[in-house]
Amino acid sequence: MKVVYVDNNATTQVAPEVLEEMAPYFHDLYGNPSSMHSFGGQVAAKLKEARHKMASLIGASPDEILVTSCGTESDNTAIRAALESYPDKKHIITTRVEHPAVLNLCEYLAENGYRVTFLPVDRQGRLNPEDLYKNLSDDTAIVSIMWANNETGVMFPIDEIASVVQEKGAVFHTDAVQAVGKIPIDMQQIPVDMLSLSGHKLHGPKGIGALYIRKGTKFSPFLIGGHQERGRRGGTENVAYIIGLGKACELAAEHLGEENKRVKYLRDKLEDELIERIPSAMVNGDRERRLPNTTSISFEYVEGEAILLMMNEFGICASSGSACTSGSLEPSHVLRAMGVPFTAAHGSIRFSLSIYNTEEEIDFIIEKLPPIIERLRELSPFWIQSKMGAAAL
Amino acid sequence: MWEYTDKVVDHFLHPRNVGEVDDPDGLGEVGSLACGDALKLTFKLDEEKRIKEAKFQTFGCASAIASSSALTEMIKGMTLEEAEKLTNEDIARYLGGLPKEKMHCSVMGRDALEKAIGHFRGEPEKKVEGEIVCECFGVTDVEIERVVRESDLTSVEDVTDYTKAGGGCESCHEKIQEIIDKVHGKPHIVHRKPARLTNIEKIKLIQETLEREIKPSLKKDGGDIELIDVDGNTVIVELRGTCATCVASEVTLKHYVESKLREMVTPELVVEEVQS
Repeated sequence: MKVVYVDNNATTQVAPEVLEEMAPYFHDLYGNPSSMHSFGGQVAAKLKEARHKMASLIGASPDEILVTSCGTESDNTAIRAALESYPDKKHIITTRVEHPAVLNLCEYLAENGYRVTFLPVDRQGRLNPEDLYKNLSDDTAIVSIMWANNETGVMFPIDEIASVVQEKGAVFHTDAVQAVGKIPIDMQQIPVDMLSLSGHKLHGPKGIGALYIRKGTKFSPFLIGGHQERGRRGGTENVAYIIGLGKACELAAEHLGEENKRVKYLRDKLEDELIERIPSAMVNGDRERRLPNTTSISFEYVEGEAILLMMNEFGICASSGSACTSGSLEPSHVLRAMGVPFTAAHGSIRFSLSIYNTEEEIDFIIEKLPPIIERLRELSPFWIQSKMGAAAL
Repeated sequence: MWEYTDKVVDHFLHPRNVGEVDDPDGLGEVGSLACGDALKLTFKLDEEKRIKEAKFQTFGCASAIASSSALTEMIKGMTLEEAEKLTNEDIARYLGGLPKEKMHCSVMGRDALEKAIGHFRGEPEKKVEGEIVCECFGVTDVEIERVVRESDLTSVEDVTDYTKAGGGCESCHEKIQEIIDKVHGKPHIVHRKPARLTNIEKIKLIQETLEREIKPSLKKDGGDIELIDVDGNTVIVELRGTCATCVASEVTLKHYVESKLREMVTPELVVEEVQS
């Protein structure tokens, strides 16, 4: 069965060019970049090139890039480094809709001596910058706010926020794991101090990420060891993966235009057609300020896991904010923070596209999904009740 | 991704007996939209008082739909006395097993059946029996006790998988543990017996446990505790904040503080409140 993969915010396929670029470094060119011989040295040159490509995707300079093992490590490194660099400051500001890599770390810190402000969002998933400003104080060590939300694609006004935070003297970190490679990002324009990115969200391999650290930002290493990463992260470089991430960043830069045109067109088509064809369906999140590839749609009176498994029968891969898919019993913290009613949160499906999706695939989903929802609603006592309620009116 | 058996997948993709029986003899509804799953079960009896027809409507995940479908298949042809004996484990077994986290779906099936039989017999809608333990999902101590007994559950996590209780804010985990301990008739404490402690080590460990584990938990409810002295195996403490005036402070002291200290330090400890 053909797979129709529209779950790219979960992970992406490694681009063939990336894999090709990585391959020689497992077997033929396995030298250690720190070695004195040229067999290792040639690898060091290649790493430098990769770092350059990462930097250039986000308008940074190569020595502002710290390579990590994943987005979660980048987030943890950033927040802990800021706290360690400003030991007198005990306040953290973040939002209620962050990825668990930030959210759970902040909850942990809140139990261990820090004061954490979790900013709310409105029904559209938007942040009110005023809420942030009024909570900023001299005690605030770090503000960590995601660039774009993984579940809804809603983007926060990072440019606007970052400058205010900088004026107040707090470190500003953004988890841009979902944003990098999908929208233009330029560190020369936006005064972000630290920014996390992850390889496998932009057609690079899993197990590799990076943290941008603006020159002049105080830093304190998380992994203490050798001189690698200029002493900011010990451990022999994950050579092939760093090269892979570099290539993925290079490709992402090339594809940015397509992402914002063709992928956005496909996403909009999918969203519009589904909303049109399926009653009691609605988009979660601000449709204006959103990643071009993501849509979260709630189908009321049905449950997300059931939808996913029925789509699975057709090879369609998406994800859900339903409680049942995660093994936890409560629906997505993002949708709850937005105040999406439980009736809709349980039946939410996230579609996240990539440049590898075709229009035929989108048409296939548009054809297959409406009967699935209809079938599940026929099973649902609430759908029948809601119809009877409507008839009684 | 859940590992569902072929039978679960089959009953999910091809559910049997969907809908509502006309003029039903028995009707049972459980769950709600907020909970994430709900089931409406209806049945009709024949002249011999056997279940002739059973139908369901379910809002929920694949295993909820499959459990409902299985239930209707299983009870057809049964007398009510036979149907009454059906347990959630029977439903899960019929489906070749359910993932542990999904056992609550089979419990929902059994509950709906029980309600439908009660409805047929004209029994008044049973008032919620017992006391609510889990506020988030409205689960009572009676329900938890029953499932702990029937499915021989031994951990809070199990209870959450089977009833959802404890799956929300988690503040009821201790109460659930107490119920488990009660059913199994044993104090459920894992003794990690340390090597013999010197007095200094013991006091240090008591202090550490109070600071790291007990205080944060009491503080969540606005309470606090202070270590006053350690005399042999007697730990003398003072309760502060809301704990000081709480009518349940004795329970807090014995069931929580003492058992935690016994678990983490040594089982011989006795906790006493300072006499002021």
